[in-house]
Amino acid sequence: MIGGGAAGLEASSALASLGFRVVLVEKEDETGGHIKNWHALFPNRRPGTEVLQALRSKLSKEVELFSGKTVTEIKQVQGRFEVGSADGWKAEADAVLLTTGFSLFNASKKEEYGYGIYDNVITSADLESAFSAGKITMKNGEQPKRIGFVHCVGSRDEKAGNIYCSKVCCVTAVKQAIEVKQFLPECEVFCFYMDMRMFGRHYEELYKEAQEKYYIQFIRGRLSESTEDHTGKIILKVEDTLLGKPLKIGVDMLVLMVGMESPDITRKLGSELGLLNDSDRFLVSADQHISANVSEIPGLFFAGTCTGPKNIADTLADARSAALAIAGYFENNSNRS
Amino acid sequence: MKHEGKKLVWQEYQKEIADDHFFYARSCIRQTFFPGSEKVFTKILKDELGKDVYDSEHHTSCTGIGYHADAVPFETTMTVVARQFALMTEAGYENYAASCITSFGLYTEILETWHHFPEVEAKAREFLFKATGREFKIPKNLAHASDIIYKFRHEIAEKAKYRLVDKNTGKPLRVVEHIGCHYSKMFPHKGVGGAEYPYVLTGMIEAWGGEVIDYPERRHCCGFGFRQYIVQANRGYSIACSKKKFDSMEPYEPDMIITNCPGCPMFLDRWQYALSEMEGKTYGKNGNGIPVFTYEEVAGLVLGYDPWEIGLQVHQVPAEPLLDKIGIEYDPGSKFKGPNGEDLGHPEAPSYLKFYKE
Repeated sequence: MIGGGAAGLEASSALASLGFRVVLVEKEDETGGHIKNWHALFPNRRPGTEVLQALRSKLSKEVELFSGKTVTEIKQVQGRFEVGSADGWKAEADAVLLTTGFSLFNASKKEEYGYGIYDNVITSADLESAFSAGKITMKNGEQPKRIGFVHCVGSRDEKAGNIYCSKVCCVTAVKQAIEVKQFLPECEVFCFYMDMRMFGRHYEELYKEAQEKYYIQFIRGRLSESTEDHTGKIILKVEDTLLGKPLKIGVDMLVLMVGMESPDITRKLGSELGLLNDSDRFLVSADQHISANVSEIPGLFFAGTCTGPKNIADTLADARSAALAIAGYFENNSNRS
Repeated sequence: MKHEGKKLVWQEYQKEIADDHFFYARSCIRQTFFPGSEKVFTKILKDELGKDVYDSEHHTSCTGIGYHADAVPFETTMTVVARQFALMTEAGYENYAASCITSFGLYTEILETWHHFPEVEAKAREFLFKATGREFKIPKNLAHASDIIYKFRHEIAEKAKYRLVDKNTGKPLRVVEHIGCHYSKMFPHKGVGGAEYPYVLTGMIEAWGGEVIDYPERRHCCGFGFRQYIVQANRGYSIACSKKKFDSMEPYEPDMIITNCPGCPMFLDRWQYALSEMEGKTYGKNGNGIPVFTYEEVAGLVLGYDPWEIGLQVHQVPAEPLLDKIGIEYDPGSKFKGPNGEDLGHPEAPSYLKFYKE
């Protein structure tokens, strides 16, 4: 199992419960992937740690965990996989499940938004850290009176090289906007969106609650640029495409809803194995409907966001599905060791 | 604001700029708008830096204004540009240096078009040959003249007599830099520093002692925008654009504006006068405006050239407050005198904008 995030944890415990010996390798010192950096989860705003603890607690002693190991090589020798990390760690396996997840879009690539340049331009991930720390403050230590959220940063954006939708950013923005209002009831919150893609159960209700209970302003229009004025305020230029008018608005803080990208490690391991990357750089399944967890290489499987953006519930379902696919593979081949 | 963040962006946008042997193509409007600038460019390159610059009397307009105003078809424009390249080839040069931003953008657009559509290049070659019997080579290096001054900014700084520093306080002057839209907004990788945080003028300002102001409307058009100004009915948009920029930069109390486009200094300079007449408003202190310069004029000033020899007397917003702040020596009485000391007369004083005649 390469990657100890949501998919890796869930698939490990599922496979262990089916009687397999599982080796889980994680690049960071702790398992949990992005969830451990997320203060609360949509749609019910439960703490991320709750889900993380549940996933970790299911890991039995049949799962051998190696953390702090970045897998740098993988190859297939006589039907078995040999996996190794930069520091010399090695393992062999009859099957490999890639659960390498996603990386967050580097917001500084959208130069015109000023991330890394203007003091009070942050990402959705930075805001989660602020929630965890229990304070939302500007660079000067003051509380913001007006915050803007920009949807689709690095998603559905040909210029950024990502034409796909990252799926979770819309509802994350709604969730974070509500949390901001709960932290700072006097703060005005504006969300600048292309479409509101409320695809999951209870997402639409959350969106409605954001408008009716928290008076969050949703403006349909893509941010054209942000700049900083002499007082440190972030000046936004955006078009309100429902009114058909350009809009200029000053905010104290700007939150960029960064999307998901296929991480470098996935592409590196994929190319070592001769796997195909899709035009969106995520991995290609043998069949996206019928065999989404199966690769073109016998014994190699996928789960979670290495095959495209997913929310946590879909990732966990995908991980359990992958566990069943692996069990079926061994049953058919009868070469389980 | 994090300066380091900008540096990271700048590193992404470096371009190759030739070192010597330039075929110089002048602008069709700059010698009327700011008559000393192109002369200063050739003087600095030849006399100060010892470079070889070929100044052809045979080249024409690139048709850029007509092209962007939809008056000249692209095929015609490409043929005219092909002729300019043929003049360069015939003169034995490979490095093309454009004085005008729109020309630079247009040459870039055409070279990119030819790169991706070789059949279009073949057609342009055919048109040129049929019309003139000329042939050409693609320039080995294409640079805007401001790229070249940028490249040699440190050499100019070493020879400088003055720096962009307040002589009384020793503090850097606060400078607004304004880049022509066609410099890098169409092809960010063809401009030094890219499109969002261009470095070409910032590099000069920093090398010569000044400090750049990053104000909210920094990226906004100067107001020239061909359709805004050339279509007379749209001129309200033109002055509104300029006003938006002045209102945005005013709180930073800029000492000067530096530009690298033919149109930008024209409109940022002349509209300050028009706005003062319309609204009684001036954007500098004590009835002064914010003086506007081309980068060649600023290079000339720091090198100690006489302000009236480089054409500063034709600016609508007087340059004197800035000259005094830096401590540049000049003769107020020579402002409206010709090269032989003859009196050229002087313009009527504006109603609000402070006027310096002697």
